[in-house]
Amino acid sequence: MAGLTKSEFANPVINWIDTRLPIFTMMQKEYGVFPTPKNFNYFWNFGALAMVNLVIMIVTGIFLAMNYQPNTELAFDSVQHIMRDVNYGWLIRYVHQNGASMFFIVTYIHIFRGLYYGSYKAPRELLWMLGVVILLLMMATAFMGYVLPWGQMSYWGATVITNLFSAFPVVGPKIVTLLWGGFSVDNPTLNRFFALHYLMPFVLVGVIFLHVAALHITGSNNPLGIDVKTPQDTLPFHPYYTIKDSVGICVFLIVLSALVFFAPNYLGDPNNFIPANPLVTPADIVPEWYFLPYYAILRSVPNKLLGVCMMFGSLMVLFVLPWLDTSRVRSARFRPVYRPLIFVWVLAVILLGICGAHKPEGVWVILSRVCTVYYYLHFLVILPILGKLERPLPLPESISHPVLGGRGGGPLPGGALAKLMEKA
Amino acid sequence: MADSSAVTHHAPSGDVTKRDLLQLILTAGAAVGVGAIAWPLIDSMNPSKDVLALSSVDVDLAPVVEGQGITIVWQGKPIFVRHRTPAEIKSAQDVALNDLIEPQADSARVKAGHDQWIVLIGICTHLGCVPLGNKPSDPRGEWGGWFCPCHGSQYDTSGRVRHGPAPLNLYLPPYAFESDTKIKVG
Repeated sequence: MAGLTKSEFANPVINWIDTRLPIFTMMQKEYGVFPTPKNFNYFWNFGALAMVNLVIMIVTGIFLAMNYQPNTELAFDSVQHIMRDVNYGWLIRYVHQNGASMFFIVTYIHIFRGLYYGSYKAPRELLWMLGVVILLLMMATAFMGYVLPWGQMSYWGATVITNLFSAFPVVGPKIVTLLWGGFSVDNPTLNRFFALHYLMPFVLVGVIFLHVAALHITGSNNPLGIDVKTPQDTLPFHPYYTIKDSVGICVFLIVLSALVFFAPNYLGDPNNFIPANPLVTPADIVPEWYFLPYYAILRSVPNKLLGVCMMFGSLMVLFVLPWLDTSRVRSARFRPVYRPLIFVWVLAVILLGICGAHKPEGVWVILSRVCTVYYYLHFLVILPILGKLERPLPLPESISHPVLGGRGGGPLPGGALAKLMEKA
Repeated sequence: MADSSAVTHHAPSGDVTKRDLLQLILTAGAAVGVGAIAWPLIDSMNPSKDVLALSSVDVDLAPVVEGQGITIVWQGKPIFVRHRTPAEIKSAQDVALNDLIEPQADSARVKAGHDQWIVLIGICTHLGCVPLGNKPSDPRGEWGGWFCPCHGSQYDTSGRVRHGPAPLNLYLPPYAFESDTKIKVG
């Protein structure tokens, strides 16, 4: 298969490179003329937003690492040094800190989009599973990043989360000692968390590359959940979706800026302004908001091992979701029963998050148990059965049909559209 | 994106179009945006406020006897302070400027009225090593000043380079006498 590429680019320098290494041809194919369903709504922005967010995290992270000291004696003070002494250190750190929250907001909406429009169904199962791997890597990265400032919440969060592994019989305590590199969370733990926190984003980049590669094989799903049938159903990615993504990026940056400049610590925990003290546990231990639902699941089960399994299971179940959902209709628009039920599931997750933020007493225990049961019920019972019982609404013939027919007509006059399609 | 599409979007006459203007505005906006983002990131690599705060050092000269030199640290760099003997002062002052690699009178390298005190940045102007000679037991080279062990540069008792490869005299730090026995470097 060796051989030079016949490059179409007129610029002689680009042509010379492209002939030998066809990256320009590839970019043109995958992001220029790439045929994309023409009926995307703004939910389809969130993959690109997550990508932008990752870049922001890596860039700010690299500059933070230049001033951070991964040593229990120095870590807390070095973060204060970044905030007070380093030029624009406060800005870089607040962007990184709130960028983590934004990353989860964006990713959770991206996942909801997949659930609502059935993006996990054949032939996109592997694409979805790679997405779950990305979520797990993100969570590990966020957790280890939160340990680095070495405040009280950092320390006790690290202690609690690493102790989860002690629930496993026989090998549990050995695993925990291995994670710590000692007999409690201490300097070796902080050192390795820093090393891994720096490494993981680049692993993420690798898995995201596979995620996008898989996407470009199957092509994107769309709000109707039906397959692209003709070139009339698509638009070239550029300029249509580069512009649409740019609008989303502007809104994303406005929200991020609002957090950074007006409420930089709103999503943080005041306990993390206290340096880590291995002898005193704060009265309320809560993880960052994006972990609260899983935390609530953990606490809702009175058995240690079972609680840990339920918590990890709540994520593992996503891996087999493409086979649990037996309905062949992708989009919730055409599934009259699934459509309200997916919102009930979202409500259960939000309620779990609220439960996770409260002390496990009284009504919160009961509520978190009910929601945990429903969380599993949705995936393990409702989805397999619903696919067999539900009577989906009639699907449109093609993407073009409803775009041009209903919902107030198409985005382009017929003549212009036909002319465009000749080019595609 | 590709040149073919750019051509079709232009007016047939090749005149400047609204699209050209929009492209210019977009490019300019993007350049400003990238600059605004890059500025804080790059500036964060400049010396931080705690580093700048270490910009001056007080030195008490009273314990330094004639012929003795001390080394102090200022901004992470060695500063040589030497109490010169009358012979050393004379040899520094009597040199013909033509003999020097970088001609400079001794009087220009000390503070008026404090001829016995020479204060230098102790970094060889060749490649940044710290020359020997501040301690009386060190080799001081042919001109009785400092001798760089890295590549053999030699300096006289005024810290002027007399033998290469160093191209310039030892630099002088900014300093001032606060009293006869006290200086502030920086």
